[in-house]
Amino acid sequence: MKRLRDWLRRPRVMRVSALVRKEFLQIVRDPSSIAIAFLMPLFLLLLFGYGVSLDADHVPVAFVAEQPGADTEDFRSSLAGSHYFALKTLPTMPEAEQALRRGKVNAIVRLRANFGEELRRSDGAPIQLIVNGVDANTARLNQGYVEGAWGNWLMRRAASLGVDMKVPVQLEQRIWFNSELKSRNFLVPGLVAIIMTLIGALLTALVMAREWERGTLEALLVTPVSMSEILLGKIVAYFTLGTGGMLLTVALAVWLFEVPLRGSFWLLWTCASLFLLAALGMGLTISTVSRSQFVAGQIAIIGTFLPAFLLSGFIFDIDSMPAPIQAVTHLVVARYFVSIVQTLFLAGDVWAVVLPNALALVLMAVIFLGITWRKSKKRLE
Amino acid sequence: MSDLALPVLVAESLTKTFVSGTQRSEALKAVSFAIRPGAVTGLIGPDGAGKTTLMRLAAGLLVPDAGSVQALGLDSTRDSLAVQAALGYMPQRFGLYEDLSAQENLDLYADLQGVPKAVRSERYAELMHMTGLAPFVDRLAGRLSGGMKQKLGLACTLVRPPRLLLLDEPTVGVDPVSRRELWAIVDRLVGEEGMSVLLSTAYLDEAERCSEVIVLHQGRILDQGPPGAMSARMAGRTWSITAAGRGKRDLQMRLARTHGVVDALVQGERIRLVSEGTQIPDALGTLLAGEGATITPVPPRFEDYVIDLLREPGAGAQDPIPVGAAAAANSAVDPSRLTALPQDPDVARDADGHESPAVIHVRELVRRFGDFQAVAGVSFEVRRGEIFGLLGANGAGKSTTFRILCGLLPASAGHVEVAGHDLRHAAASARARIGYMAQKFSQYGNLSVGQNLVFFAKAYGLDGEKRAERLAWAEAEFDLARYREQLAGELPLGYKQRLAMACALMHEPEILFLDEPTSGVDPLARREFWQRINALAVAGVTVLVTTHFMEEAEYCDRLLIMAAGRILTMGEPAAIKAGARSPGHPDPSMEEAFIRQVEEAA
Repeated sequence: MKRLRDWLRRPRVMRVSALVRKEFLQIVRDPSSIAIAFLMPLFLLLLFGYGVSLDADHVPVAFVAEQPGADTEDFRSSLAGSHYFALKTLPTMPEAEQALRRGKVNAIVRLRANFGEELRRSDGAPIQLIVNGVDANTARLNQGYVEGAWGNWLMRRAASLGVDMKVPVQLEQRIWFNSELKSRNFLVPGLVAIIMTLIGALLTALVMAREWERGTLEALLVTPVSMSEILLGKIVAYFTLGTGGMLLTVALAVWLFEVPLRGSFWLLWTCASLFLLAALGMGLTISTVSRSQFVAGQIAIIGTFLPAFLLSGFIFDIDSMPAPIQAVTHLVVARYFVSIVQTLFLAGDVWAVVLPNALALVLMAVIFLGITWRKSKKRLE
Repeated sequence: MSDLALPVLVAESLTKTFVSGTQRSEALKAVSFAIRPGAVTGLIGPDGAGKTTLMRLAAGLLVPDAGSVQALGLDSTRDSLAVQAALGYMPQRFGLYEDLSAQENLDLYADLQGVPKAVRSERYAELMHMTGLAPFVDRLAGRLSGGMKQKLGLACTLVRPPRLLLLDEPTVGVDPVSRRELWAIVDRLVGEEGMSVLLSTAYLDEAERCSEVIVLHQGRILDQGPPGAMSARMAGRTWSITAAGRGKRDLQMRLARTHGVVDALVQGERIRLVSEGTQIPDALGTLLAGEGATITPVPPRFEDYVIDLLREPGAGAQDPIPVGAAAAANSAVDPSRLTALPQDPDVARDADGHESPAVIHVRELVRRFGDFQAVAGVSFEVRRGEIFGLLGANGAGKSTTFRILCGLLPASAGHVEVAGHDLRHAAASARARIGYMAQKFSQYGNLSVGQNLVFFAKAYGLDGEKRAERLAWAEAEFDLARYREQLAGELPLGYKQRLAMACALMHEPEILFLDEPTSGVDPLARREFWQRINALAVAGVTVLVTTHFMEEAEYCDRLLIMAAGRILTMGEPAAIKAGARSPGHPDPSMEEAFIRQVEEAA
């Protein structure tokens, strides 16, 4: 106990702890820090948890049966029964086409007048599917869902007629890791990386630039404090804040959005800490380049936040990007962490994924903190 | 101890050049000096003289290009950490953490300076006593007034008493009351704690409070020594002139142009004059005899010496340009109005001896911000051709009043009429008849001088021949033609101010609003500026000005002193000074009168 007290009284420790306390007082009292550290993450979580979904769900589809009958009604009800579609039954094709043009529906399923007859002939009945292809991804999804619904219907129909449908090759599919295929399950864990980028890089770059702008750094520099102590004070404070953001996100992911956490929480914590150090390194590096809040904010958003959003595999799959862009993603620190965090949440402690990515994070953290260390001098130039 | 007599700060051919892009600016050119311990040394010079660079070099925050600086026997460049641990330095804008309370700021600096917990309460008590901040320790630093912020910054610097204290313009933007308090603290530190202080300032009257001064101008030291000895060199060359019956402004303008006169200034009812030699120049004698004016010798001031120094060839002063004649003839006022001008602008009367009409009417003006009344029922009038000064401590409500009059801020209640327009209903048409010069440089720094002038001419709706005529006038009157292609942001300070004024006068306004127009400007540029203002007033333009320079208050016809949103006093400078007369103070200065007014109200 006495040794602890003596340690706390050492000038260096006293200075760093005073700086950390100052940072926390500022965070608590400055609305913009609170907005970036708590409100933005919360907003992103709710947005990605509830709002953004890459799954097709209640897709508006027009259903046109040119001559309604028992068979068409049977097919219609099988589509209507699926939660993927919000079926809109329209009497004629021109009306359906107009609805598609106006964006009221995303696809049209058309059964011709002689559907019932054709169904009983050997060469089968054609079903026309028209899909709005403006958004290619969604179009492909919709197409797939309608085809799936059609396949199901055929099987059920065959079963009810007591005929065994012969399919030469059968696809037996099983989905691993995210068996319900909910996009929320991979978006929400990825958000941990986005939120920690916000706090680690953007907020840190801003608060450091603010110290230059308001002249507070000049007053600090002429005290016996060293530059490394000033940096350490920032790192400790924003590391804590970032960890808080991480815990908040993980807690909401697990309890509110019910994303399974299959890997070890402590491994997640460790990797998140490595990522956070790299993000802080980026933020502080930016602040050695720019001493104005505006410029620092712009650099942080374009240099760290947007790449974390677009090039990390958070939303867009890196393997489906063009090769040059894929190469660029190797420079995006968030990429390594997104891959870790998605694996830990959905697959478990897969060391083959976690280890190389964690090493990349260590390397990035060392590089960026190293640049900061070298570039920050206790001078005004 | 023998080292007590050694200098605490020594600079040897200290040189520093800043390079940004293609622009090179030599901030310090081979500066050498030594500073005595246990005294206040003043570093005097206008903005851009190199004062801040010198301070930062001494504190080890910058690396010199050549030469060296030693503080307390340590090299500031090589042993910067040791120097920083030994001296105290208060930057110009002391970086208080605005979202921390006064006490939290103090605690932070106590921790950083390694002040042992045991001695803190005693030290805090001393500092609070010294600064009078005790009632405000729990207030957020951002909510303190300008003067209190400066005192808190000083307290943070002093939390561990340093042997050498560097203060970079601690009194800039601070009202006279707070300024006096800051000086009292500095005097105490030197007298009681034996501290050595280097204090930079652009206020020449503060030099007289220092035991020694260094006069810095454009990166060079012009002189160093005790200010009294410097002023003494001016003995026999300083005069006070009283002229009955004639306009003091008109007389001052003619005196300033007279051969053998170094300086002529309006000071209340009198004109203060500095002659080239100890004899009254012949031309001056003739002029005065013709006017029936009396001239009496007065003791010299430090400012007289600096003006004399700067006017000497080779001092690098900006070349003086003829002022005034062009202003009156080419004029910011249309000629038809000139004919009806008062003969004697001092009292702003028209030809028949009636007072000229008021162009600004303010009745029961109130402005609230939330529950706070910044202006609480103020009434006054300003007559045409008057120079009207608005004075007050920081936070007295003068800036708010000023902004309301310019139409930049709506009033909460009351009646405001400017140039015949009620600001409530016709703010835009009132604005077309006023000119405004902001405290900060508010032209476009990355446009050239010519582009700025054209832009402001267009903004005021001038076109065709009229625009060409006004642009030519601006370039001639303010000597801006030779800078036409240069970026406004790169102009020397004095020229920035000329450009700002040219833009404000582009549309020949009837009323000119000046918000602390001369802070940081060197004394020559300030004189030139006031000559222009005088010429404008003589031509019938009404001028409203706010200032912290008390000597500038003396140039005004009438003054309004505000405190806590109300009028403390209003009247001619001489009357306000007379009101502060007491047996102990038979001849109070404007500053003393001001402080007395504010303190009596508090």
